[in-house]
Amino acid sequence: MRTINAGAITDVVAKICLEANIKAPDDVLQAFKKSQETETSPAGLEILNQLLENVKLAGETGLPLCQDTGLAVFFVELGTDCRVEGDLYQAINDGVRQGYEKGYLRKSVCHPLTRKNTGDNTPAIIHLDLVPGDKIRIKFMAKGGGSENMSRATMLTPAQGWEGIKKFVVNRVAEAGPNPCPPTIVGVGIGGTFDHAPILAKKALFRPLDQKHSDPEIAAMEDELFAAINDLGIGPMGMGGNTTSLGVKIEMAPCHIASLPLAVNIQCHSARHKEVVI
Amino acid sequence: MSEPIRLSTPLKDEDIAGLKTGDKVLLSGKIYTARDAAHKRLLADIDAGQKPPFELEGAVIYYVGPSPAPPGRPIGSAGPTTSYRMDTYAPRLHSMGVKASIGKGKRGDTVKDALQEFKGVYFGATGGAGALLSQRITSARILAYEDLGPEAIRELEVKDFPLLVVNDSFGGELYVKPRIK
Repeated sequence: MRTINAGAITDVVAKICLEANIKAPDDVLQAFKKSQETETSPAGLEILNQLLENVKLAGETGLPLCQDTGLAVFFVELGTDCRVEGDLYQAINDGVRQGYEKGYLRKSVCHPLTRKNTGDNTPAIIHLDLVPGDKIRIKFMAKGGGSENMSRATMLTPAQGWEGIKKFVVNRVAEAGPNPCPPTIVGVGIGGTFDHAPILAKKALFRPLDQKHSDPEIAAMEDELFAAINDLGIGPMGMGGNTTSLGVKIEMAPCHIASLPLAVNIQCHSARHKEVVI
Repeated sequence: MSEPIRLSTPLKDEDIAGLKTGDKVLLSGKIYTARDAAHKRLLADIDAGQKPPFELEGAVIYYVGPSPAPPGRPIGSAGPTTSYRMDTYAPRLHSMGVKASIGKGKRGDTVKDALQEFKGVYFGATGGAGALLSQRITSARILAYEDLGPEAIRELEVKDFPLLVVNDSFGGELYVKPRIK
Protein backbone atom coordinates (compact mmCIF):
# COMPACT_ATOMS: atom_id res chain seq x y z
CA MET A 1 0.00 0.00 0.00
CA ARG A 2 1.42 3.32 -1.10
CA THR A 3 0.66 6.46 0.90
CA ILE A 4 0.20 9.89 -0.68
CA ASN A 5 0.02 12.99 1.46
CA ALA A 6 -3.03 15.19 0.89
CA GLY A 7 -0.73 18.21 0.74
CA ALA A 8 0.98 16.82 -2.36
CA ILE A 9 -2.42 16.54 -4.04
CA THR A 10 -3.22 20.16 -3.17
CA ASP A 11 0.04 21.34 -4.74
CA VAL A 12 -0.54 19.39 -7.93
CA VAL A 13 -4.16 20.54 -8.24
CA ALA A 14 -3.17 24.21 -7.76
CA LYS A 15 -0.57 23.85 -10.49
CA ILE A 16 -2.84 22.18 -13.07
CA CYS A 17 -5.70 24.64 -12.47
CA LEU A 18 -3.33 27.47 -13.25
CA GLU A 19 -1.59 25.91 -16.24
CA ALA A 20 -4.73 24.59 -17.90
CA ASN A 21 -6.35 28.03 -17.85
CA ILE A 22 -3.45 29.76 -19.56
CA LYS A 23 -2.12 27.21 -22.03
CA ALA A 24 -4.36 25.56 -24.61
CA PRO A 25 -3.96 21.77 -24.80
CA ASP A 26 -1.96 20.51 -27.78
CA ASP A 27 -4.84 18.52 -29.27
CA VAL A 28 -7.05 21.63 -29.30
CA LEU A 29 -4.29 23.76 -30.78
CA GLN A 30 -3.70 21.19 -33.53
CA ALA A 31 -7.44 21.07 -34.23
CA PHE A 32 -7.52 24.90 -34.60
CA LYS A 33 -4.65 24.75 -37.09
CA LYS A 34 -6.23 21.92 -39.04
CA SER A 35 -9.54 23.83 -39.20
CA GLN A 36 -7.71 26.92 -40.44
CA GLU A 37 -6.72 24.93 -43.52
CA THR A 38 -10.18 23.53 -44.22
CA GLU A 39 -12.50 26.41 -43.24
CA THR A 40 -14.14 27.88 -46.33
CA SER A 41 -16.01 30.85 -44.86
CA PRO A 42 -13.95 34.09 -44.66
CA ALA A 43 -15.73 35.21 -41.46
CA GLY A 44 -15.23 31.79 -39.91
CA LEU A 45 -11.58 31.83 -40.86
CA GLU A 46 -11.11 35.25 -39.33
CA ILE A 47 -12.52 33.95 -36.02
CA LEU A 48 -10.15 30.95 -36.13
CA ASN A 49 -7.23 33.34 -36.71
CA GLN A 50 -8.33 35.37 -33.68
CA LEU A 51 -8.54 32.24 -31.55
CA LEU A 52 -4.98 31.25 -32.47
CA GLU A 53 -3.80 34.81 -31.79
CA ASN A 54 -5.57 34.60 -28.43
CA VAL A 55 -3.69 31.39 -27.54
CA LYS A 56 -0.42 33.11 -28.42
CA LEU A 57 -1.25 36.22 -26.36
CA ALA A 58 -2.33 34.18 -23.33
CA GLY A 59 1.02 32.41 -23.43
CA GLU A 60 2.93 35.69 -23.71
CA THR A 61 1.00 37.65 -21.08
CA GLY A 62 0.04 34.90 -18.63
CA LEU A 63 -3.59 36.00 -18.91
CA PRO A 64 -6.20 33.23 -18.94
CA LEU A 65 -7.31 32.10 -22.41
CA CYS A 66 -10.89 33.01 -21.50
CA GLN A 67 -12.19 35.21 -18.69
CA ASP A 68 -14.56 32.40 -17.75
CA THR A 69 -12.01 30.24 -16.01
CA GLY A 70 -14.80 27.87 -15.23
CA LEU A 71 -16.15 25.68 -12.57
CA ALA A 72 -13.39 23.23 -11.56
CA VAL A 73 -14.42 19.71 -12.57
CA PHE A 74 -12.34 16.69 -11.62
CA PHE A 75 -12.38 13.04 -12.55
CA VAL A 76 -10.13 11.29 -10.07
CA GLU A 77 -8.99 7.69 -10.54
CA LEU A 78 -7.73 6.40 -7.24
CA GLY A 79 -5.71 3.16 -7.22
CA THR A 80 -6.96 0.61 -4.70
CA ASP A 81 -3.34 0.09 -3.55
CA CYS A 82 -2.96 3.79 -2.81
CA ARG A 83 -4.00 5.46 0.40
CA VAL A 84 -4.48 9.19 0.74
CA GLU A 85 -3.32 10.54 4.06
CA GLY A 86 -5.83 13.27 4.84
CA ASP A 87 -9.08 14.32 3.18
CA LEU A 88 -8.92 13.88 -0.60
CA TYR A 89 -11.89 16.17 -1.31
CA GLN A 90 -10.54 18.89 0.93
CA ALA A 91 -7.10 18.53 -0.64
CA ILE A 92 -8.57 19.11 -4.11
CA ASN A 93 -10.66 22.07 -2.97
CA ASP A 94 -7.62 23.60 -1.29
CA GLY A 95 -5.72 23.20 -4.57
CA VAL A 96 -8.51 24.94 -6.50
CA ARG A 97 -8.58 27.77 -3.97
CA GLN A 98 -4.80 28.27 -4.25
CA GLY A 99 -4.52 27.87 -8.01
CA TYR A 100 -7.38 30.25 -8.78
CA GLU A 101 -6.03 32.89 -6.42
CA LYS A 102 -2.43 32.64 -7.53
CA GLY A 103 -3.27 32.61 -11.23
CA TYR A 104 -5.61 35.63 -11.11
CA LEU A 105 -8.35 33.32 -12.34
CA ARG A 106 -12.01 34.31 -12.07
CA LYS A 107 -14.02 32.92 -9.22
CA SER A 108 -17.29 31.87 -10.80
CA VAL A 109 -19.02 29.75 -8.15
CA CYS A 110 -22.11 31.13 -6.38
CA HIS A 111 -25.20 30.13 -4.39
CA PRO A 112 -27.81 29.01 -6.93
CA LEU A 113 -30.55 31.31 -5.64
CA THR A 114 -28.99 34.21 -3.75
CA ARG A 115 -26.18 34.23 -6.40
CA LYS A 116 -23.68 35.11 -3.66
CA ASN A 117 -20.19 34.21 -4.84
CA THR A 118 -18.28 31.74 -2.64
CA GLY A 119 -15.22 33.86 -3.39
CA ASP A 120 -12.69 31.12 -4.04
CA ASN A 121 -14.15 29.04 -6.88
CA THR A 122 -15.00 26.14 -4.58
CA PRO A 123 -16.58 23.72 -4.15
CA ALA A 124 -15.18 21.83 -7.10
CA ILE A 125 -17.19 19.08 -8.78
CA ILE A 126 -15.33 15.84 -8.02
CA HIS A 127 -16.04 12.43 -9.53
CA LEU A 128 -14.12 9.61 -7.89
CA ASP A 129 -13.45 6.18 -9.39
CA LEU A 130 -11.55 3.32 -7.83
CA VAL A 131 -9.15 1.61 -10.24
CA PRO A 132 -6.45 -1.05 -9.86
CA GLY A 133 -2.91 0.06 -9.02
CA ASP A 134 -1.08 2.29 -6.54
CA LYS A 135 -1.33 5.63 -8.33
CA ILE A 136 -3.78 8.49 -8.39
CA ARG A 137 -4.75 10.09 -11.70
CA ILE A 138 -6.29 13.55 -11.49
CA LYS A 139 -8.07 14.92 -14.55
CA PHE A 140 -9.06 18.58 -14.37
CA MET A 141 -11.32 20.62 -16.59
CA ALA A 142 -12.13 24.33 -16.33
CA LYS A 143 -15.77 24.16 -17.44
CA GLY A 144 -17.22 27.41 -18.67
CA GLY A 145 -20.84 28.32 -17.99
CA GLY A 146 -21.81 29.47 -21.48
CA SER A 147 -21.28 26.09 -23.10
CA GLU A 148 -22.49 24.17 -20.05
CA ASN A 149 -25.81 26.06 -20.30
CA MET A 150 -26.29 24.76 -23.84
CA SER A 151 -26.00 21.12 -22.67
CA ARG A 152 -29.08 18.91 -22.33
CA ALA A 153 -30.17 15.52 -21.05
CA THR A 154 -33.25 13.53 -22.05
CA MET A 155 -34.85 10.11 -21.70
CA LEU A 156 -35.58 8.62 -25.11
CA THR A 157 -37.64 5.48 -25.63
CA PRO A 158 -35.79 2.33 -26.71
CA ALA A 159 -37.69 2.48 -30.04
CA GLN A 160 -36.07 5.81 -30.90
CA GLY A 161 -32.66 4.13 -30.98
CA TRP A 162 -29.68 5.54 -32.88
CA GLU A 163 -31.86 7.66 -35.19
CA GLY A 164 -33.45 9.33 -32.16
CA ILE A 165 -30.06 9.89 -30.56
CA LYS A 166 -28.65 11.43 -33.72
CA LYS A 167 -31.64 13.72 -34.16
CA PHE A 168 -31.49 14.94 -30.55
CA VAL A 169 -27.74 15.61 -30.58
CA VAL A 170 -27.70 17.41 -33.94
CA ASN A 171 -30.79 19.46 -33.08
CA ARG A 172 -29.26 20.47 -29.75
CA VAL A 173 -26.13 21.74 -31.45
CA ALA A 174 -28.24 23.53 -34.08
CA GLU A 175 -30.46 25.15 -31.46
CA ALA A 176 -27.43 26.23 -29.39
CA GLY A 177 -26.03 27.89 -32.53
CA PRO A 178 -23.44 30.56 -31.74
CA ASN A 179 -24.11 30.59 -27.97
CA PRO A 180 -21.65 27.94 -26.69
CA CYS A 181 -18.63 29.46 -28.56
CA PRO A 182 -18.24 27.13 -31.54
CA PRO A 183 -16.22 25.36 -32.79
CA THR A 184 -17.25 23.15 -29.90
CA ILE A 185 -16.42 19.67 -28.71
CA VAL A 186 -19.56 17.63 -28.23
CA GLY A 187 -19.61 15.03 -25.45
CA VAL A 188 -22.39 12.47 -25.74
CA GLY A 189 -23.40 10.08 -22.96
CA ILE A 190 -25.63 7.19 -23.95
CA GLY A 191 -27.15 4.74 -21.46
CA GLY A 192 -26.79 4.21 -17.74
CA THR A 193 -29.47 5.97 -15.71
CA PHE A 194 -30.91 9.50 -15.68
CA ASP A 195 -27.97 10.70 -13.54
CA HIS A 196 -25.29 8.62 -15.22
CA ALA A 197 -25.70 9.72 -18.86
CA PRO A 198 -24.51 13.33 -18.21
CA ILE A 199 -21.48 12.00 -16.32
CA LEU A 200 -20.65 9.84 -19.34
CA ALA A 201 -21.05 12.88 -21.60
CA LYS A 202 -18.70 14.93 -19.45
CA LYS A 203 -16.19 12.08 -19.21
CA ALA A 204 -16.21 11.88 -23.01
CA LEU A 205 -14.93 15.47 -23.20
CA PHE A 206 -11.65 14.40 -21.60
CA ARG A 207 -10.70 12.07 -24.44
CA PRO A 208 -8.03 13.69 -26.67
CA LEU A 209 -9.47 15.02 -29.93
CA ASP A 210 -7.22 12.80 -32.04
CA GLN A 211 -8.25 9.66 -30.15
CA LYS A 212 -11.23 7.71 -31.45
CA HIS A 213 -13.35 5.45 -29.27
CA SER A 214 -11.73 2.02 -28.82
CA ASP A 215 -14.93 0.32 -30.01
CA PRO A 216 -15.03 0.74 -33.82
CA GLU A 217 -18.84 0.82 -33.86
CA ILE A 218 -18.92 3.73 -31.39
CA ALA A 219 -16.07 5.40 -33.29
CA ALA A 220 -18.21 5.19 -36.46
CA MET A 221 -21.11 6.82 -34.59
CA GLU A 222 -18.79 9.63 -33.52
CA ASP A 223 -17.77 10.16 -37.15
CA GLU A 224 -21.40 10.21 -38.29
CA LEU A 225 -22.39 12.82 -35.68
CA PHE A 226 -19.27 14.88 -36.40
CA ALA A 227 -20.11 15.05 -40.12
CA ALA A 228 -23.78 15.90 -39.45
CA ILE A 229 -22.88 18.67 -36.98
CA ASN A 230 -20.32 20.29 -39.27
CA ASP A 231 -22.84 20.10 -42.10
CA LEU A 232 -25.09 22.49 -40.14
CA GLY A 233 -23.02 25.41 -41.42
CA ILE A 234 -22.96 27.26 -38.09
CA GLY A 235 -19.19 27.76 -38.20
CA PRO A 236 -16.86 29.52 -35.75
CA MET A 237 -18.88 31.75 -33.37
CA GLY A 238 -21.93 31.21 -35.61
CA MET A 239 -20.44 33.24 -38.45
CA GLY A 240 -20.94 30.45 -40.97
CA GLY A 241 -18.57 27.80 -42.26
CA ASN A 242 -17.76 24.15 -41.91
CA THR A 243 -15.98 24.25 -38.54
CA THR A 244 -18.88 23.96 -36.10
CA SER A 245 -17.26 21.20 -34.07
CA LEU A 246 -13.69 20.10 -33.44
CA GLY A 247 -14.76 16.63 -32.31
CA VAL A 248 -17.59 14.44 -31.08
CA LYS A 249 -16.87 11.96 -28.30
CA ILE A 250 -19.32 9.30 -27.16
CA GLU A 251 -19.26 7.23 -23.99
CA MET A 252 -21.77 4.44 -23.60
CA ALA A 253 -23.03 2.26 -20.73
CA PRO A 254 -25.68 -0.44 -20.44
CA CYS A 255 -29.12 0.76 -19.33
CA HIS A 256 -32.54 -0.49 -18.17
CA ILE A 257 -34.67 -2.39 -20.73
CA ALA A 258 -37.27 0.40 -20.52
CA SER A 259 -34.84 3.30 -20.93
CA LEU A 260 -32.54 5.11 -23.31
CA PRO A 261 -30.91 7.92 -21.31
CA LEU A 262 -29.06 10.48 -23.42
CA ALA A 263 -26.98 13.53 -22.55
CA VAL A 264 -25.16 16.12 -24.63
CA ASN A 265 -22.45 18.09 -22.85
CA ILE A 266 -21.12 20.92 -24.96
CA GLN A 267 -17.57 22.19 -24.51
CA CYS A 268 -16.55 25.54 -26.00
CA HIS A 269 -13.46 25.90 -28.18
CA SER A 270 -11.51 26.96 -25.10
CA ALA A 271 -11.33 23.33 -24.02
CA ARG A 272 -9.06 23.66 -21.03
CA HIS A 273 -8.11 20.41 -19.40
CA LYS A 274 -5.04 18.82 -17.92
CA GLU A 275 -4.24 15.59 -16.17
CA VAL A 276 -1.53 14.41 -13.88
CA VAL A 277 -0.56 11.08 -12.31
CA ILE A 278 0.93 10.92 -8.83
CA MET B 1 -14.25 41.51 -45.47
CA SER B 2 -14.84 45.24 -45.66
CA GLU B 3 -12.81 47.93 -43.90
CA PRO B 4 -13.74 48.52 -40.26
CA ILE B 5 -15.87 51.50 -39.22
CA ARG B 6 -14.32 53.54 -36.39
CA LEU B 7 -16.72 54.73 -33.72
CA SER B 8 -16.41 56.54 -30.40
CA THR B 9 -18.73 56.47 -27.41
CA PRO B 10 -21.26 57.77 -26.49
CA LEU B 11 -23.01 56.53 -29.63
CA LYS B 12 -25.49 58.76 -31.41
CA ASP B 13 -28.50 57.96 -33.57
CA GLU B 14 -26.53 58.78 -36.71
CA ASP B 15 -23.79 56.30 -35.68
CA ILE B 16 -26.42 53.60 -35.30
CA ALA B 17 -28.09 54.48 -38.61
CA GLY B 18 -24.78 53.90 -40.39
CA LEU B 19 -24.37 50.34 -39.10
CA LYS B 20 -25.52 47.23 -40.92
CA THR B 21 -25.34 43.57 -39.99
CA GLY B 22 -21.89 42.19 -40.82
CA ASP B 23 -20.06 45.53 -40.50
CA LYS B 24 -16.74 45.41 -38.70
CA VAL B 25 -16.38 48.11 -36.06
CA LEU B 26 -13.43 49.38 -34.03
CA LEU B 27 -14.89 51.04 -30.95
CA SER B 28 -13.06 53.54 -28.74
CA GLY B 29 -14.02 55.43 -25.60
CA LYS B 30 -15.81 54.53 -22.40
CA ILE B 31 -17.99 51.44 -22.17
CA TYR B 32 -19.67 49.86 -19.15
CA THR B 33 -19.57 46.26 -17.98
CA ALA B 34 -22.65 44.56 -16.61
CA ARG B 35 -23.88 41.00 -16.62
CA ASP B 36 -26.59 38.95 -14.89
CA ALA B 37 -26.56 40.14 -11.27
CA ALA B 38 -25.56 43.72 -12.14
CA HIS B 39 -28.47 44.09 -14.58
CA LYS B 40 -30.94 42.85 -12.00
CA ARG B 41 -29.67 45.26 -9.37
CA LEU B 42 -29.30 48.21 -11.76
CA LEU B 43 -32.94 48.06 -12.83
CA ALA B 44 -34.14 47.50 -9.25
CA ASP B 45 -32.18 50.59 -8.17
CA ILE B 46 -33.59 52.66 -11.04
CA ASP B 47 -37.10 51.52 -10.06
CA ALA B 48 -36.33 52.63 -6.51
CA GLY B 49 -35.59 56.12 -7.86
CA GLN B 50 -31.80 56.01 -7.78
CA LYS B 51 -29.60 57.56 -10.42
CA PRO B 52 -27.78 54.95 -12.52
CA PRO B 53 -23.98 54.77 -11.93
CA PHE B 54 -23.30 55.88 -15.52
CA GLU B 55 -25.05 58.02 -18.12
CA LEU B 56 -27.41 55.71 -20.01
CA GLU B 57 -27.86 58.03 -23.00
CA GLY B 58 -25.66 56.73 -25.82
CA ALA B 59 -24.11 54.09 -23.58
CA VAL B 60 -22.57 50.81 -24.69
CA ILE B 61 -22.90 47.91 -22.24
CA TYR B 62 -20.37 45.09 -22.41
CA TYR B 63 -21.60 41.73 -21.11
CA VAL B 64 -18.40 40.60 -19.43
CA GLY B 65 -17.17 39.26 -16.13
CA PRO B 66 -13.42 39.81 -16.40
CA SER B 67 -10.84 37.72 -14.60
CA PRO B 68 -8.90 39.63 -11.89
CA ALA B 69 -6.24 42.07 -13.08
CA PRO B 70 -2.72 40.76 -12.51
CA PRO B 71 -0.16 43.32 -11.24
CA GLY B 72 0.70 45.91 -13.88
CA ARG B 73 -2.39 45.36 -16.03
CA PRO B 74 -5.69 47.30 -15.97
CA ILE B 75 -7.81 44.16 -16.32
CA GLY B 76 -7.50 40.40 -16.69
CA SER B 77 -8.94 38.30 -19.47
CA ALA B 78 -12.09 40.01 -20.78
CA GLY B 79 -14.10 38.30 -23.51
CA PRO B 80 -17.90 38.48 -23.90
CA THR B 81 -20.37 36.27 -22.07
CA THR B 82 -23.47 34.75 -23.71
CA SER B 83 -26.01 37.50 -24.24
CA TYR B 84 -29.43 35.81 -24.15
CA ARG B 85 -29.40 35.85 -20.35
CA MET B 86 -29.60 39.65 -20.50
CA ASP B 87 -32.58 39.62 -22.91
CA THR B 88 -34.88 40.12 -19.90
CA TYR B 89 -33.32 43.52 -19.24
CA ALA B 90 -32.05 44.83 -22.59
CA PRO B 91 -35.28 46.28 -24.09
CA ARG B 92 -35.87 48.46 -21.01
CA LEU B 93 -32.29 49.73 -21.06
CA HIS B 94 -32.64 50.60 -24.76
CA SER B 95 -35.84 52.50 -23.93
CA MET B 96 -33.78 54.54 -21.44
CA GLY B 97 -31.15 55.55 -23.98
CA VAL B 98 -28.64 52.69 -24.09
CA LYS B 99 -27.50 52.39 -27.70
CA ALA B 100 -25.62 49.12 -27.89
CA SER B 101 -24.63 45.96 -26.11
CA ILE B 102 -21.59 43.77 -26.69
CA GLY B 103 -21.79 40.03 -26.18
CA LYS B 104 -21.87 36.74 -27.99
CA GLY B 105 -24.69 34.49 -29.17
CA LYS B 106 -28.29 34.94 -30.23
CA ARG B 107 -30.76 37.58 -29.00
CA GLY B 108 -34.48 37.08 -28.58
CA ASP B 109 -37.18 38.80 -30.60
CA THR B 110 -37.95 41.33 -27.87
CA VAL B 111 -34.37 42.61 -28.09
CA LYS B 112 -34.38 42.70 -31.89
CA ASP B 113 -37.66 44.67 -31.78
CA ALA B 114 -36.19 47.10 -29.23
CA LEU B 115 -33.16 47.70 -31.49
CA GLN B 116 -35.52 48.80 -34.25
CA GLU B 117 -37.81 50.84 -32.01
CA PHE B 118 -35.09 52.68 -30.07
CA LYS B 119 -32.37 52.69 -32.76
CA GLY B 120 -29.78 50.41 -31.26
CA VAL B 121 -27.37 47.67 -32.28
CA TYR B 122 -26.08 44.43 -30.85
CA PHE B 123 -22.37 43.89 -31.33
CA GLY B 124 -20.67 40.51 -31.25
CA ALA B 125 -17.14 40.08 -29.94
CA THR B 126 -15.25 36.83 -30.25
CA GLY B 127 -16.17 34.54 -27.38
CA GLY B 128 -13.25 33.03 -25.54
CA ALA B 129 -10.76 35.50 -26.99
CA GLY B 130 -10.36 37.01 -23.51
CA ALA B 131 -6.59 37.50 -23.61
CA LEU B 132 -6.78 39.10 -27.05
CA LEU B 133 -9.61 41.52 -26.18
CA SER B 134 -7.92 42.45 -22.91
CA GLN B 135 -5.15 44.12 -24.94
CA ARG B 136 -7.65 46.69 -26.25
CA ILE B 137 -8.75 47.79 -22.78
CA THR B 138 -6.58 50.62 -21.52
CA SER B 139 -8.17 51.27 -18.15
CA ALA B 140 -10.81 49.82 -15.84
CA ARG B 141 -12.43 51.03 -12.64
CA ILE B 142 -15.34 49.77 -10.58
CA LEU B 143 -18.36 52.12 -10.62
CA ALA B 144 -20.90 50.13 -8.64
CA TYR B 145 -21.75 46.85 -6.89
CA GLU B 146 -18.18 45.96 -5.94
CA ASP B 147 -19.52 43.11 -3.79
CA LEU B 148 -20.56 41.30 -6.99
CA GLY B 149 -16.89 40.66 -7.79
CA PRO B 150 -16.57 39.76 -11.48
CA GLU B 151 -20.16 40.96 -12.00
CA ALA B 152 -19.57 44.49 -10.68
CA ILE B 153 -20.28 47.43 -12.99
CA ARG B 154 -16.99 48.73 -14.37
CA GLU B 155 -16.11 51.66 -16.57
CA LEU B 156 -13.67 50.54 -19.24
CA GLU B 157 -11.68 52.71 -21.59
CA VAL B 158 -11.26 50.85 -24.85
CA LYS B 159 -9.16 51.59 -27.90
CA ASP B 160 -10.09 50.05 -31.25
CA PHE B 161 -12.13 47.29 -29.62
CA PRO B 162 -12.91 44.83 -32.47
CA LEU B 163 -16.62 44.14 -32.99
CA LEU B 164 -19.03 42.83 -35.59
CA VAL B 165 -22.58 44.14 -35.98
CA VAL B 166 -24.73 41.07 -35.31
CA ASN B 167 -28.17 42.72 -35.09
CA ASP B 168 -28.65 46.16 -36.64
CA SER B 169 -31.42 48.72 -36.18
CA PHE B 170 -33.12 47.61 -39.40
CA GLY B 171 -33.96 44.02 -38.37
CA GLY B 172 -30.86 42.42 -39.89
CA GLU B 173 -29.07 39.48 -38.28
CA LEU B 174 -25.61 38.11 -38.95
CA TYR B 175 -25.80 34.60 -37.52
CA VAL B 176 -26.42 31.90 -40.10
CA LYS B 177 -29.44 29.65 -39.81
CA PRO B 178 -28.34 26.03 -39.28
CA ARG B 179 -29.13 23.65 -42.15
CA ILE B 180 -31.34 20.98 -40.58
CA LYS B 181 -31.94 17.92 -42.73
